Amino acid sequence: MKIQISNGRVIDPANGIDQHADVFIADGIIVGVGKQPAGFEANGSLDASGCIVCPGLVDLSARLREPGYEYRATLESEMAAAAAGGVTSLACPPDTDPPLDEPGLVEMLKHRARLPEFAHVYPIGALTEKLAGINLTEMAELAEAGCVAFGQANTAIVDTQVLLRAMQYAATFDFPVWMQAQDPFLARLGVAHDGEVATRLGLAGIPVAAETIALATILQLARETGARIHLTRISSAVGLEMIVAARRSGISATCDVAVHHLHLCEHDIGYFDPHARLDPPLRAQSDRDALRRGLADGSINAVCSDHTPVDDDAKQVPFDEAEPGATGLELLLPLTLKWASEMKLPLAQALSRVTCDPARILGIEAGTLKIGAAADVCVFDPQAAYPVNRATLKSQGKNTPFLGLELQGRVRGTLIDGHLAYDGSWS
Amino acid sequence: MRNPQLNSQGKLQHLLTTEGLPRDVILAILDAAAPFAEVAEREVKKLPLMRGKSIFNLFFENSTRTRTTFEIAAKRLSADVINLNINTSSAAKGETLLDTIDNLSAMQADMFVVRHASSGAPYLIAGHLAATGREHIHVVNAGDGRHAHPTQGLLDMYTIRHYKRTFTELTVAIVGDVLHSRVARSQIHALTTLGVAEIRVIAPRTLLPTDVERLGVHVFHNIDEGLQGVDVVMMLRLQNERMQGALLPSPQEYFKSYGLTPERLARAKPDAIVMHPGPMNRGVEIDSAVADGSHAVILPQVTFGIAVRMAVMSMLAGGS
Repeated sequence: MKIQISNGRVIDPANGIDQHADVFIADGIIVGVGKQPAGFEANGSLDASGCIVCPGLVDLSARLREPGYEYRATLESEMAAAAAGGVTSLACPPDTDPPLDEPGLVEMLKHRARLPEFAHVYPIGALTEKLAGINLTEMAELAEAGCVAFGQANTAIVDTQVLLRAMQYAATFDFPVWMQAQDPFLARLGVAHDGEVATRLGLAGIPVAAETIALATILQLARETGARIHLTRISSAVGLEMIVAARRSGISATCDVAVHHLHLCEHDIGYFDPHARLDPPLRAQSDRDALRRGLADGSINAVCSDHTPVDDDAKQVPFDEAEPGATGLELLLPLTLKWASEMKLPLAQALSRVTCDPARILGIEAGTLKIGAAADVCVFDPQAAYPVNRATLKSQGKNTPFLGLELQGRVRGTLIDGHLAYDGSWS
Repeated sequence: MRNPQLNSQGKLQHLLTTEGLPRDVILAILDAAAPFAEVAEREVKKLPLMRGKSIFNLFFENSTRTRTTFEIAAKRLSADVINLNINTSSAAKGETLLDTIDNLSAMQADMFVVRHASSGAPYLIAGHLAATGREHIHVVNAGDGRHAHPTQGLLDMYTIRHYKRTFTELTVAIVGDVLHSRVARSQIHALTTLGVAEIRVIAPRTLLPTDVERLGVHVFHNIDEGLQGVDVVMMLRLQNERMQGALLPSPQEYFKSYGLTPERLARAKPDAIVMHPGPMNRGVEIDSAVADGSHAVILPQVTFGIAVRMAVMSMLAGGS
């Protein structure tokens, strides 16, 4: 199968390309950008007039809800959402039920995800058994089964000795350790940022110190152990400053932010909107602004969807009883574009934060249109509006604080290994 | 986003909070309550304003006092009152809050009086009723989590106006566990809207929410300083489970530092009034000599509370 994506503007941040060019694909591989390879005869084509052609998006956090939470979402529904969102590679956190702490579970997930129209799945293995923070998992076995890093999803390792050992052990094999920095005691019962809005609404607060104290612990242990640390879903300005300072002192640490946190803050809880119940919580406006700047200047390495489909029953309850999380796979691109346009950033810079930058964190060959790379491609119309509503969302989770809004940037086609996984050209 | 307790004409649809409640609406409620207070003095205390209306008292959290006052208020307006203590019925069987609401709506409810342990629960109910085209059913928040207890806030305003005849010249002190208090929040918003000269909150740091100053109050940690020259002292109840632990070392120490004694009250204006939403913990937040003394207006608060709740219910659902 030979495909030609014609008349589009190719933006490939990994290779510094931003030009009008055709992309040539043969047998699932990029074989040319701008220059038609000798003897290439397309037997399929995609007209990308008025569109941007970029590498398929790489999402550092997407919950597929399998195994264990199939009533919330299935691999089929969420993979359809990924393709519709232009996401071709995704990392899934280990907080499934049971958690991804055994090679068999990881193999099963990888096997289930092996359909050609499904995004490439990169499981994050559990760092400790059952995510309980007591016993280490068989990391080497899990890595063999397909885990690319190890983490605890949103749970903490309370026992710092276990955390130290986990990081030492991971560092032995040079496995990256992904940690969410939130002190479980300071966050206990908390449902919102401990600030003006929580005070007004009478919601139990999670102070910024919950993030900074956990960060301090993780960063110090990273220094001790030399483990490769990736900090997931940073939420505060002070937290980001700590990471930047730690890097300056030689600690190897990358970090990401959830796309919601680039646009929303505590005030978006409004009158107790359960869709704005997120983990970590939406913080102050000054925090949000620092995160927006941090992603622009690269101190935050990548932005992810933090895709968390939640069923209606778990959201149509009072705010403090609502399950945290928002659906995001289909919003990652338009919300990243919105951030870029508001920050007046070049598109290439914005797209690098959802393509080559997260690919580098995952240590995978993705997020690039270089010749010889897998033909994971996203074609989108940057002008077309994407109305966010229950009908347009393919994810089984309809839970997003952006419901009812219209966002710019609509995916027209998604190719995974050269296979047209999503065709939105007619819509 | 429209304030969900006002309808598109700006008329009161639900009573969910005193925050953002327009000044003229608050004053209209207080004005409407005055004749109801007089009715209570009569031999026949019943008015036909809500005859044929069904009011459901939905208490997802235990309360005897508030539920009783709502019940009396509704009965004095000739409404039919149905009391449901949900923590002992459906919720225990797994029915969701909104399922309960749907079922009771199907029984032709006209009003839900809701108490719930979660902040914002009445908003969820009001939003659900709006989304399902049942906006004719009114919701009165009878206390949600730490968020609001608007009828308590309003009856406190009624009490202050009764004794002080003004708001704009007053200095008001709120003493105690502001962090967990829905009453304090409702008082602060109402007092702010009514334009009192100064609101003070007096408490140890563990019992104050973050950035409480943003609500428009002055913070005092020393009760002797905080009570200096005030016109109104509003005491808050300290929950038993919070008297000992990481918030406070002991009830004795709390009383020593923050208990309202006659000596401390002497720092307030000579004609200061002392209020308490009840139930009181004598010897913890308030000395019996103050609770039973000449400055206390704690029992009149209870009486006024019925009149204010009658005013709220009749304004919402009493027809013209």
